[in-house]
Amino acid sequence: MQRTQQPIVTGTSVLGIKFDGGVMVAADTLGSYGSLARFRDLRRVRQAGEYTLLGGSGDYMDFEAMLEYVDELLLEDTTLDAPPSYTPRELHQYLARIYYNKRSEFDPLWNQLVVGGVRDGDVFLGYVDLQGTHYEDETVATGYGSYIARPLLREAYRDDLTEAEARKVLEDAMRVLFYRDARTINRIQIGVATEAGGIDISEPFELETDWTVGIRKH
Amino acid sequence: MEYPELKKGEVDLGTSIMGVAFDGGVVIGADSRTTTGSYIANRVSDKLTQLADNIYCCRSGSAADTQAVAEYVKFHLAMHKEEIGGEPKVSVAARVVGSMVYNNKDSLMAGIIIAGWDEVDGGSVHIVPLGGGVVKMPFAIGGSGSTYIYGWVDDNYKEGMTRDECIEFVRNGLALAMARDGSSGGLIRMAVIDKDGVERMMIPGNELPRFFDK
Amino acid sequence: MSSIGTGYDLSSTTYSPDGRVFQVEYASKAVDNSGTAVGIRVSDGVVFGVEKLLISPMLLHGSNRRVSTIGRHIGVASSGLVADARALINRGNQEANAWKSTYGEEISVKVLTERLASFAQVYTLYGGVRPFGCALLLGSWTEAAGPQLYMIQPSGEAYGYFGVAVGKGKAACKTDIEKLDLESMTCEEAVVEIAKMIHSVHDSDKDKEYELELSWVCRASGGRHQLVPAELRDSALAIATAESSDDDSSSDDD
Repeated sequence: MQRTQQPIVTGTSVLGIKFDGGVMVAADTLGSYGSLARFRDLRRVRQAGEYTLLGGSGDYMDFEAMLEYVDELLLEDTTLDAPPSYTPRELHQYLARIYYNKRSEFDPLWNQLVVGGVRDGDVFLGYVDLQGTHYEDETVATGYGSYIARPLLREAYRDDLTEAEARKVLEDAMRVLFYRDARTINRIQIGVATEAGGIDISEPFELETDWTVGIRKH
Repeated sequence: MEYPELKKGEVDLGTSIMGVAFDGGVVIGADSRTTTGSYIANRVSDKLTQLADNIYCCRSGSAADTQAVAEYVKFHLAMHKEEIGGEPKVSVAARVVGSMVYNNKDSLMAGIIIAGWDEVDGGSVHIVPLGGGVVKMPFAIGGSGSTYIYGWVDDNYKEGMTRDECIEFVRNGLALAMARDGSSGGLIRMAVIDKDGVERMMIPGNELPRFFDK
Repeated sequence: MSSIGTGYDLSSTTYSPDGRVFQVEYASKAVDNSGTAVGIRVSDGVVFGVEKLLISPMLLHGSNRRVSTIGRHIGVASSGLVADARALINRGNQEANAWKSTYGEEISVKVLTERLASFAQVYTLYGGVRPFGCALLLGSWTEAAGPQLYMIQPSGEAYGYFGVAVGKGKAACKTDIEKLDLESMTCEEAVVEIAKMIHSVHDSDKDKEYELELSWVCRASGGRHQLVPAELRDSALAIATAESSDDDSSSDDD
């Protein structure tokens, strides 16, 4: 039987923020192997069910395993008459139980998750981690992002933030993380969840970066 | 838990392995050095192991662990083939390897490339890193020697390479890795897998491509 | 059933002297007495139709479905004992889950059928168990394999079909299916044909009210098994009803 472990292929920060009518989640596409930038196209912003965005940092293979657990739950409750109706809030709680149970078996799933989505007017954004810690907030960040990006997200947050403003906040925060986190690459995805539009996860794209600070003045 | 380690005296496939997909098939390759510590236990090893008619794997890590995994998966795929009444898919073979390593990550030291050809996906390459799971890639490198050639493969890999270009890519990549990694060496074994089957190749240690020191 | 009462029909552990296993035949009777179920395999998918006989007027419309899904991609229409069918379908879902977690992809309807048929066959061998009193029609559509349709019988036999019918109206439905050009037909057209068949075989004098269940798994549904959209179902039903009243009036003329 498995006891404890350490993460092997890892993803770094995931950021999440609410805006007026939805939530947005961002992560880069790097799978690190120690300090080796080994896998450059791992998708860490994913969809679970009809309404929920899941962003995962930590062990990528554990993240994939978790997505399979969630899919099994959704499949179990799929009927011909109605799609599975789990709300983002319910899935967040479910994941918290899964992660707490696994850590209590001393066999944690080595992730920090961002869970977001909208259902019936309830805009939800939450966090779950490998110890089963879980909470809900207007802004969420994992890993390095919780030190570097979260203060930026908090400062920028308003409850009337537009989708475009939220996108800019996340892109700016991801750019700072690219500058200061040695486990990032400049190739990110942003997922958006709204009541009307459902879930929309972008293809990976590059952020503009600025290196003028490095120009010598004398 | 401690990370899986070689036991004292255990045989290591400190290795250089590669797999590249091209339109219609895959090219895989490996060095032939097997060591116990710094002693070369076998200088002509074959690290390319057949899992099914149309699927091979390249093994790195513990020789014992990867042989056991390969034997298990070979057996599993043979039964799977009977049940589906056709050739197994490469992605399925990779999934079985990936789950086995994932579920036994405490005790297995294995980094395996799974490559081959099937009706649905054509040629494809998948890598199972230490700790298990599967990542599908256009090409993959693995083993201790691979770390010396990441820059070289990123520079020299081109999308849409032909079969022959892939063979040259693998041959040069492995020769460079073997030249810099003490745990890799000997000769190069390669295989091309496509819809017509498997073609095996070997480049003797005295005929390896040479670079700055030629 | 001339051998009833000779003592060889109480357990499936013993053959009758003429080589029959009566318990299996009785299980098939349970299927023959059931509301009709039809499945047909056309160019772009598989369509199912079931004549669900309503045991009570107090039932909620759409409850106790006799079409169901295994995984997300395999459609099942059942006939015979509903509870037995459910047990077999539950087993099918276990098989589908296990397959998916082992191989990372969906089980094929062919393999699932073989596994479920083997499972059902075991229940024809032993004392203390009885054969499943149901037949299942299983269908799927994938890009690689196209449409596929199978039926499992209480005996554990399973075959692939272009079109198949079971239950009370099976004979008439089979005749109707044989007249169709399945190769060129689309699912939308098949829905109407099935509605007509089920409607015409329903014996409103002898049987209770029925509810027509229509489902498909096809290119348009992305390989997922779904109920036929309500609009299409209603129009198919309307056509079926209209045609049958035409038939009635023409027979009045004779």
